[in-house]
Order: sequence, then C-alpha cells, then structure tokens
Amino acid sequence: MSGAGNREQVFPTRMTLTTMKIKLKGAQQGHSLLKRKSEALTKRFREITQRIDESKRKMGRVMQTAAFSLAEVQYAVGGNVAYQIQESVQNARFKIKAKQENVSGVYLPTFDSEINEDINDFKLTGLGRGGQQVQKAKMVYTRAVETLVELASLQTAFIILDEVIKVTNRRVNAIEHVIIPRTENTISYINSELDELDREEFYRLKKVQEKKQINAEAEEAEKAEKAAKSAKPSEKEADSEESPEEATSEEQSQPVDTTKQLDDEEIAKEVEQLEVGETQDLLQEKEDDVIF
Amino acid sequence: MSSTDAMSKRSLLAAIADEDSITGLLLAGVGQVSGEDGKETNFLTVSPDKTTVEEIEAAFDKFTSEREDIAILLINQHLADLIRFKVDNFTNAFPAILEIPSKDHPYDPEKDSILKKVRRLFGE
Repeated sequence: MSGAGNREQVFPTRMTLTTMKIKLKGAQQGHSLLKRKSEALTKRFREITQRIDESKRKMGRVMQTAAFSLAEVQYAVGGNVAYQIQESVQNARFKIKAKQENVSGVYLPTFDSEINEDINDFKLTGLGRGGQQVQKAKMVYTRAVETLVELASLQTAFIILDEVIKVTNRRVNAIEHVIIPRTENTISYINSELDELDREEFYRLKKVQEKKQINAEAEEAEKAEKAAKSAKPSEKEADSEESPEEATSEEQSQPVDTTKQLDDEEIAKEVEQLEVGETQDLLQEKEDDVIF
Repeated sequence: MSSTDAMSKRSLLAAIADEDSITGLLLAGVGQVSGEDGKETNFLTVSPDKTTVEEIEAAFDKFTSEREDIAILLINQHLADLIRFKVDNFTNAFPAILEIPSKDHPYDPEKDSILKKVRRLFGE
C-alpha cells in the first residue's frame, strides 16, 4: 500500500530534511500517545462490557420479582388496578440526573436516579384493599427502575466508548500505516538526492583538478621548450636576455595568474583533502547504493 | 459544553410497554403527564390487540427524536422485536434505549441489540 514511491512532494533541501525529521518525530510521539489512549479506553470498555452483561442478566431477575409483586397487588386489590394507576399519574417522582465522568479525555455520561418523595400520585390507590401490597410493589419497582437506570448509564457509556475507540484506532492506524511511512520515504528520498548532489560536486571538482593538471603540465613543457630554445642560440646572451624576458612575462602574467594560481592551489588542496577524507566513504556509499 | 446542557435537560424516563409493565413503572413514579403539546405522556401502553406497529414506531420516534427531556427509553423486548430495525439502527447515545423483559415474555439476552454488539465485539 505504502510503497517506496509514496512520498510527499517536497524540494530536496537540507531545510526540508529537518522539517521532515521533526514531522516524523511528532508523528511518532502522537502515535504512541494515541495508542496509549486507545489502550486505556479499551480497558475501560472491557470492564463496562462485562458489567453490562452481568447487569442485563440481573435485570431479568429483578423485573421478574417486580412483576410478581404487581401480581400480588392485583390479587389483593381485586379488579383492575392498572386503569386507576394510569389515570392518577401527574408528575414524575422518579427522575434522572445526568453527570459526566472523564475517562482519558472522553466524557462519559452517568445517570443517577433522583426520587422526589414529596410527589405521590397514588395516595388513593389501594385505599380500600391491598394498600400494603401497593406500597411493597412501589418499593420493588423503584428498586427495579434504579437497576435499569444503572444499566442505561453503562449502556450509554458503552455506545460512546465504542464510537471513541473506533475513531482513536482509526487515527492510530492512519499515523502508523500512512503518515509515518510516507514521512520516512520522504526523508530517505531527500537523503539520496543530497548524496547524489554530493557525488556530482565531488566529480566536478575532480574534473577541474584534472584539467588544471593538464594545463600546468602543458605550460611547464612550453617553458622548458622556450628555455631550451633560448639556451641554444648563445649562452652569453642567455644571462642578459633571460632576466628581462622573465621579468616581462612575469609582469604580464602576474595580475591575472596569481589569483588564478591561488584558486588552483586552493581547489587542488580541497580536492586532495576530499580525496583523502571522502573517497573511501563515497566508494562505500556507491556500493550501498548498488546493493539497495 | 453544549452536551452538558443537552444532558441536564434530559431528566425523564420514557416507556413503551404492555399494561402490566407500565403499571409497575408508573408505581415506581416514572410517569409524567403535562398539558403541553407533544409532551402529553412519557409512556405508551401497548395492548396486544388495539395498538398497531405503526403506533409503536411513532411513539419510538417521538421519544427518541422529538422530545429532548428523555434520558432513558424503556421498551419491552417483545415490542422492540416488532420494530427491531429501528432499535438496531438507533445509534445515538441519547436517549439510552433499554430493552426490558415483560411479564409474559421472559428476557432473551440473544435478541438485545446491545448484547448483540457485545457478542460481535468479542467474536462469539
């Protein structure tokens, strides 16, 4: 998927290399942080899942008990109590209070049951008969609903955590499998490009040096020829003639040549240094390049 | 935070259930009857012969989407089975949908949409 060709479109300079390295470091750090977050959430998630499973089963039993107590009420009151109850409902006695809990940056809601004892819509229910059973059923059902509320808050947490974990894992995977390899590819691309430039530069310097050497040899040969020519005609004149000639030639060439010669020398030195210092490395690198 | 506001408004339980379950839940005091439009009751009594599936669906939609004061919706499992696609497709965190057993229909953990998800996650 993320093949060798997958890299960012950048200009291969040292500055971009630094930027890329920083980017890679950031990505790695972010990856490890996100991974830890996802692990913490998953741990929590497993706990909640286990508790949901348990309390769902518990709920079955509790509701059964509650239904039984309602049957008792119906038996004791005799006749249809449901109608009476449904008609006398006014305000909710049993309310929910939602709170928030923070689990590694995720806000999970938790429901708390809140019972307002002042409200009693069923004062007259079971007045004639079965008042005790009604009270008992009320208590049992209140407890049952409390269990349900608990279960609901677990379930809400489950849904939210499920979503958050999915998102976090997606981000972790994106960083791990897309961003990091791409940045690494970019870095290696910039590195290889910079190496290539280095080699070019080195080769160029070597060529220049070669040219200089040839030129210098040619000049030397010319000089030697001249010297030989001037030495041939007369040995007497040689002393008198040679000095002015040399002086003039030196005068003519000096303003131009000294700088040139200096440059040549510097370059030659540099090249020599390079040769001493880097030929080995460069050769090795070339071998590496061939292998990889 | 806006979600905090939205949450603090949700303070009621709603129920879609058969007569017995509704009676019990009302005894516990979850019922709220107000004269306001669209908020008359927070429970729907389903009688096996009279209430249609459409009515259950409408009540489900009203409790889940329209009303914003409901934190938990309790629904009998055998009624949830009738509108199973709706229950399974409802993925919001609020209101929380809870399937409860009824007197005549024992609780079957296999059908619960949340437990189904749990089981899928653990690959059973």
